[in-house]
Amino acid sequence: MIYRESGQFKTSYRADSQIFPILQDRVGISIILLIALVGVPLFAGEYWINAILIPFLIFSLAAMGLNFLTGYAGQLSLGSAAFMAVGAYAAYNFQLRVEGIPFLVSFFMGGCCAAAVGVLFGLPSLRIKGFYLAVATLAAQFFVVWCLTKFPWFSNNSSSGVISAQNLELLGFPINTPETKYLLVLTIVILMSLVGKNLVRSSTGRSWMAVRDMDVAAEVIGIHLMKTKLLAFAISSFYCGLAGVLYAYCYLGAVEPDGFSLELSFKILFMVIIGGVGSILGNFLGAAFILLLPIFLDITMPVISAVLSLPISNATVSHVQVMVFGALIIFFLIIEPHGLARLWSIAKEKLRLWPFPH
Amino acid sequence: MQAVQFNLRSTSLIAKTLALSAAFVFGAMTNMSLLSSAQAEDQFISIPSYRVGPYGQNGQAFYGGFVDYLNKINMADNGINGVKLAWEECETEYNNAKGVECYERLKGKSGTSKGTAIHTMSTGISYSVLDKSQADKVPLIMMGYGRTDAVDGSVFPYAFPLVTTYQMQASAIVKFLVDKNNGSLANKKIVYLYHDSAYGKEPILALEAESKINRFKLVEIPVAHPGNEQGAQWLKIREENPDYVIFWGWGVMNQTALKAAQKVGFSREKIIGSWWAGSEEDVVPAGDAAKGYMSATWNVAGKGVPLIADIEKVVYAGGKGNLSDKAKIGTALYNRGVSAAVVTVEAIKLAQNKFGKGKVMTGEQMRWAFENLNITNQSLNALGATGLLPEIKTSCENHEGSGRVKIQQWDGTKWNLVSDWIEGNKALIHPLFKATAAEYAKEKNITPACLKN
Repeated sequence: MIYRESGQFKTSYRADSQIFPILQDRVGISIILLIALVGVPLFAGEYWINAILIPFLIFSLAAMGLNFLTGYAGQLSLGSAAFMAVGAYAAYNFQLRVEGIPFLVSFFMGGCCAAAVGVLFGLPSLRIKGFYLAVATLAAQFFVVWCLTKFPWFSNNSSSGVISAQNLELLGFPINTPETKYLLVLTIVILMSLVGKNLVRSSTGRSWMAVRDMDVAAEVIGIHLMKTKLLAFAISSFYCGLAGVLYAYCYLGAVEPDGFSLELSFKILFMVIIGGVGSILGNFLGAAFILLLPIFLDITMPVISAVLSLPISNATVSHVQVMVFGALIIFFLIIEPHGLARLWSIAKEKLRLWPFPH
Repeated sequence: MQAVQFNLRSTSLIAKTLALSAAFVFGAMTNMSLLSSAQAEDQFISIPSYRVGPYGQNGQAFYGGFVDYLNKINMADNGINGVKLAWEECETEYNNAKGVECYERLKGKSGTSKGTAIHTMSTGISYSVLDKSQADKVPLIMMGYGRTDAVDGSVFPYAFPLVTTYQMQASAIVKFLVDKNNGSLANKKIVYLYHDSAYGKEPILALEAESKINRFKLVEIPVAHPGNEQGAQWLKIREENPDYVIFWGWGVMNQTALKAAQKVGFSREKIIGSWWAGSEEDVVPAGDAAKGYMSATWNVAGKGVPLIADIEKVVYAGGKGNLSDKAKIGTALYNRGVSAAVVTVEAIKLAQNKFGKGKVMTGEQMRWAFENLNITNQSLNALGATGLLPEIKTSCENHEGSGRVKIQQWDGTKWNLVSDWIEGNKALIHPLFKATAAEYAKEKNITPACLKN
């Protein structure tokens, strides 16, 4: 009833091809953006910003990067964490070694370095596919971590290999409070999502999907395979690299190579799978599910056990949390293999007809 | 028909999703209501602990001891000058991101104390919360781990690598070996076998400096995390045939190393581990292979210390014991947890003496206390903790406060001490800290200065 597009006529190509063609969607997204941009910095507590929203946004960005590669271009990758590491360490070194460089430039260069490494490890994708490619990207995962550990130059000869992010300053305005860091991350994520959404709607995105669906056919209709695949690797790694920079500078503050482990790569891959392969919205849903659900269980389980006066220790909570989390993943995958994004679009379809479905 | 079914199914799904999101909001609200119900008159201590995950065994013993001592203070002494201790644990699983989340969550619940003193027992998490604890003005205590150059309190006012650091420990181990070899290690060969992470890499500079002074040959061999495969490394060690192996292991890596050493026939009496490779959790699983193995420690294991027996009597008899496995009482890590709690409680007492007895201390007041600690053997005697840990005297220039370790040897059933307190070469090691701290200050635009209060 509320969510209905009747009466909304598109009279120009512009109107027809906008990202949110339905008025209600536009209103909804504006409200969300308003809350995120104004409401959260004003009213949210430090815990919400530092421990929940910032990592959520950063992982959404990383998942988006992987989604370009895996969801749109069909190239399975297990190296996302490695590309994040490249981004973080590259930005650190630019900031350290180039006198007076604005941090946004070093962030961008961090992304570019990740893109370069991504292209390098994307080269095997020209010959191999599927699981074999996943193994090749696995090599990236191990190589990058080894490389950052082995050569102390990358961490400015820190005896421990840990890099500590420098202070950020934008036009003389220091970015050191949770609110300002959050706004920085949010702005970057909004911009990158906008770019990403338009990218997958453009000819680039269409050629990625053509390659994903059948690369021989794509080649026959004139899509240059090498260019398309490597572009997917470059853009994907750029996004992951940028996420890595934000992870180091706006979230943890200090990172070590071991932090960017295979486990993190898997986490990002699960975000894509749970959220929705080949969907921009799915990245946000997936990141929220994977990141927030464990925290939610962690916080509620002691409360529930206290209410029911069950003798549950902290350690048991952690064990149960893992079990519930696993069960929920299986549940959602069985119910909707296309991820939470698909669930959302089904809900929208239903809402259009509601309350008279027949 | 099929369409209808599909319809029903997805509608119920939507309902479920809605229910889930509603539950989220509800959860957040209950969480907040819990927040406001935290009692103001207690000294709240944030404990980002870990009891599951790859290092869960170690965490259980350490945090068990920590919490048991806090319980004992509440039960036997009715708190500190009437201020009861309160605390909450949050499971970090030794994971940096989770550690940050726990730190933030506990901070919201801590009230005036800001968490009193943060013990993460993880170098990685310590690094991740270092800047935050500085901004929040709460002391970050890294007893025997962490960012070791925080010894320089003018750059790191809120970080305390108390008792001793990896570098001082490495130096003390070398000193022990020098004494063992009649005053000289010249022309000997020592292999440094280490966990390839921040933890294992920190002592390398110190060992290199020592090898120049004492003219021994140093061979560094890294082991990749988690270290449950060390065949290649031990073949290399057999090939090198060193006089000693200094061993910086952690978790599952320790027992693996001892077994691998036995397999290649390297005498365990020539292996000396760090204090994270010197607990019962490390040697018992290795069985026979661990006999004769030595390790450094900054706290004494066993129930010989009256305080430990006291805790068992008061806390466990009172039914408030934290450990489900009572066999862990008196282990090296349990006693380390007790030692960490002793130091924390002594700091609270000191702060109360200066800022007002019977009040809840803030993070800033705790910082002053940790910087002016003076735990002597007399005060340890008074607590019943005679010889449990070395004397500690801190200052702005020296956030470490001691730099002493003992060497212990495993006889197959228990740890026996084979040395007295050995102090590392401070004149050699502390300038190294000063240098890296200065570099950090430059990177972060900090002007080093000692805080007065």
